[in-house]
Amino acid sequence: MQWETVIGLEVHTQLTTKSKIFSGASIEFGAEPNTQACAVDLALPGVLPVLNRGAVERAVKFGLAIGAKLNRVNLFARKNYFYPDLPKGYQISQFELPIVEGGALTIQVGEEQKTVRLTRAHLEEDAGKSLHEDFHGMTGIDLNRAGTPLLEIVSEPDMRSAKEAVAYAKALHNLVTWIGICDGNMQEGSFRVDANVSVRPVGQQEFGTRREIKNLNSFRFLEQAIDYEVRWQIEQIEDGHKIQQATVLFDPDTGETRMMRTKEEAHDYRYFPDPDLLPVQLDDELIERMRSELPELPQQKQSRYQRDFGLSAYDASTLTSTISTASFFETTTEALTAPDHKLAANWVMGELSGTLNKEGLDIADSPIKPKSLAALLGRIQDGTLSGKLAKEVFAAMWAGEGEADAIIEAKGLKQMSDAGEIEKIIAEVLAANPKSVEEFRAGKDKAFNALVGQVMKASKGKANPAQVNELLKQKLAG
Amino acid sequence: MTDSSLKQLAALLAEGKTSSVELCTEYLDRIAALNPTLNAFITVDRDKTLLEAKTADTRRAQGGTGTLLGVPIAHKDIFCAEGWPTTCGSKMLSNFVSPYDAHVISQFKAAGMPSLGKTNMDEFAMGSSNETSFFGPVKNPWDLKAVPGGSSGGAAACVAARLAPAATGTDTGGSIRQPAALCNITGLKPTYGVVSRYGMIAFASSLDQAGPMAPSAEDCALLLNAMAGFDARDSTSLQRDKEDYARDLTQPLKGLKIGLPKEFFAAGMAPDVAKAIEAAIAEYRTLGAETVEVSLPNMGLSVPVYYVLAPAEASSNLSRFDGVRYGHRAAEYGDLTDMYERSRAEGFGAEVKRRILIGTYVLSHGYYDAYYIQAQKLRRLIAQDFIEAFKQCDVMLGPTAPTTAFDLGAKNEDPVQMYLSDIYTIAVNLAGLPGMSLPCGFGNDGRPIGLQLIGDYFAEARMLNVAHQYQLATDWHQRTPEGL
Repeated sequence: MQWETVIGLEVHTQLTTKSKIFSGASIEFGAEPNTQACAVDLALPGVLPVLNRGAVERAVKFGLAIGAKLNRVNLFARKNYFYPDLPKGYQISQFELPIVEGGALTIQVGEEQKTVRLTRAHLEEDAGKSLHEDFHGMTGIDLNRAGTPLLEIVSEPDMRSAKEAVAYAKALHNLVTWIGICDGNMQEGSFRVDANVSVRPVGQQEFGTRREIKNLNSFRFLEQAIDYEVRWQIEQIEDGHKIQQATVLFDPDTGETRMMRTKEEAHDYRYFPDPDLLPVQLDDELIERMRSELPELPQQKQSRYQRDFGLSAYDASTLTSTISTASFFETTTEALTAPDHKLAANWVMGELSGTLNKEGLDIADSPIKPKSLAALLGRIQDGTLSGKLAKEVFAAMWAGEGEADAIIEAKGLKQMSDAGEIEKIIAEVLAANPKSVEEFRAGKDKAFNALVGQVMKASKGKANPAQVNELLKQKLAG
Repeated sequence: MTDSSLKQLAALLAEGKTSSVELCTEYLDRIAALNPTLNAFITVDRDKTLLEAKTADTRRAQGGTGTLLGVPIAHKDIFCAEGWPTTCGSKMLSNFVSPYDAHVISQFKAAGMPSLGKTNMDEFAMGSSNETSFFGPVKNPWDLKAVPGGSSGGAAACVAARLAPAATGTDTGGSIRQPAALCNITGLKPTYGVVSRYGMIAFASSLDQAGPMAPSAEDCALLLNAMAGFDARDSTSLQRDKEDYARDLTQPLKGLKIGLPKEFFAAGMAPDVAKAIEAAIAEYRTLGAETVEVSLPNMGLSVPVYYVLAPAEASSNLSRFDGVRYGHRAAEYGDLTDMYERSRAEGFGAEVKRRILIGTYVLSHGYYDAYYIQAQKLRRLIAQDFIEAFKQCDVMLGPTAPTTAFDLGAKNEDPVQMYLSDIYTIAVNLAGLPGMSLPCGFGNDGRPIGLQLIGDYFAEARMLNVAHQYQLATDWHQRTPEGL
């Protein structure tokens, strides 16, 4: 039987506010345990929550960025359950009437584009951390994280493969960092993914029973976990077992998922509107201010790159995969005296990206800045450098040997464009390779390429290849 | 001096005829003598009180003025007060010393009022007789066999016995007004949102409101001036201009329209209570007020609505008491769940457990719509009834409680009978309106009777005016129990 995978993601994004969602304590990462937990975070008797306006603003920005409906009146509710790192015995979240409903995100999977619909995004507070190591026979509780503002972003079950899920997660990660509502740091837990996975026979309308993989904190784990889970579910069904709705954890060491709890063991959270907080009312002023603060979005940039710069959909999508990539690309093209977006795109996606990847560097930390790259590209445009030489200069620039012009000067890498000089070399090469000349004349095109290669070699790569071609043709014809 | 009103005490202090230290000492001596009988206080700390009194005297010596500077006050043990045990009448918090001040506490500190201690109360304010307190019941100073009412029973008893010139209370379903009625003092529950709930241990967040308890309406006005005010730490605190609640006290009542909700006067009120209320109505007519019959058709639903909503909120509010970070933790336990279960089973009393169970039930999957949502809808209707009725009158009047104080132990076995003692007060909380109780006579058993006034939203000043004029014409509020 042929199986189809169905995936929906729930992503917890930590918002970039300075303080917590309902208290004034700092949310900075990495502080000593319990040094960033105030009376409200500790849930002392009598304390009350006060909503952080900054969290609401960031949620509104997100809603605007995905074209969602903003609920002008939205509500906070209490989700009741007991756990030591949940100090109040309930989490303040949104249940009925979340701040953001609907919206969509376009993802690029290889050459294909696909739209993933979003169900909702709601504000909530994070719990603290239970530390099971380091305390023999006991559990330590760190409440620094308790009350950290989260925007939980829930997608529709629109993805059909692990690859699509990863593409969606990356596009979402790109968007929330792009608009500055989340720092995207996955190691620190700023962007955590839960994947709801089910399988069904191809052609079947209803969804299969889903299992939820919790807390995936890298794109690689997301892909591995889904791939494993899908194989496991298909095996189960083919072996005649039913899938039971459950929550599972992914173990990166074994590459397997394992059961946490079944639906029967699921809590009754007894949601009800939090009487300590008033309904949140979004007014036009706030919404318009957030709209005006939004930068040009990835999708808008992609359209513009295709329309105005003549780039392919794939190039446009790659160049907008992060805001720093897009900004590097744009700054580079702006610095070119004669605009050539394709050239800049090729270099940013090619040599630059490749070297950055090799070195494990983010584009924002590139040792070669956009202006310097533009100067190098300028030397390609004016014929000073061939593509090959440009790569050599690029490597030297990366190594910190200076700007393009200085390196060209110092290494004498300037492309040979003087026709007389090239003709001289051609004459020498033709004289030295009578056999090739003969073959060419006998109709073997390959021989021509061999001759070009000889000329380039003799010029130590400096001859302008286009000119060599031209002049060689003339010579052989003559 | 302990028989003086707040105004008189303030005058004595202002004229230098006494000091805060002297005044506090006198009250502390009286507490030391009588509290063993009344059990009105859970915590008394002489040194702490005298230190605060000294601070007040210093402030005055340095030119500080303030109406209530140096006048002591007792605080219900529901208010977190820095350095003071704050137990909420529960074993669960019997070891909890608050590291911070509730807004109400800091307001009174700012006014320069030393704390005489923390008063006894029903556990987590759940009760109408003060019998659910982990620290034992409070006795009614008028009759030691009788309950003082609840949940602010200790506050009402200590003011009635003049162990304190004033006290703070909280009122979720009548917890200021009912004990005030049963102990012959004046108590006021403000409009929801007038007094910040920050630092006041939550019972039912959408109903809880703090207010003053004192011998007279005039005292309550002065106290409310100190208590009220916007507090950014409570999202339900209202941003309003500061007002002087004593500003209208002296206004004559001519032309005042008093609404008499007919549902208040239907069967259920004890004959001696009915007689006292009728007499009070007659007194108001003498003072120039008119009465008009109004109707609150949904009032009969207020007790069942309250006993869905209040326990629902309480079941969640009390989840933080889990033995993890503070409060009672069982001495022995197995795993985590066992620790929760034992700590909470040991830490909470029967009435608190009953309400947690009710609240958990009405919020459960499948019951939420049938109970919680329905109750919220009815709450809206009950509030709407009041809004309609206030189109015909300036203030409403009725009894505070259906009977005088009942005997200790009389209703312990029957929670529903106990719940019905708040039948006249609960609707006011559901509507968020201000209400107060003032002394208006004594029953056949010699126990006090309270008259309830209900004001329109934010009409505390008017309501206090109506109460004060009555108290100028009568002396019920000046009577104190004999033999103490």
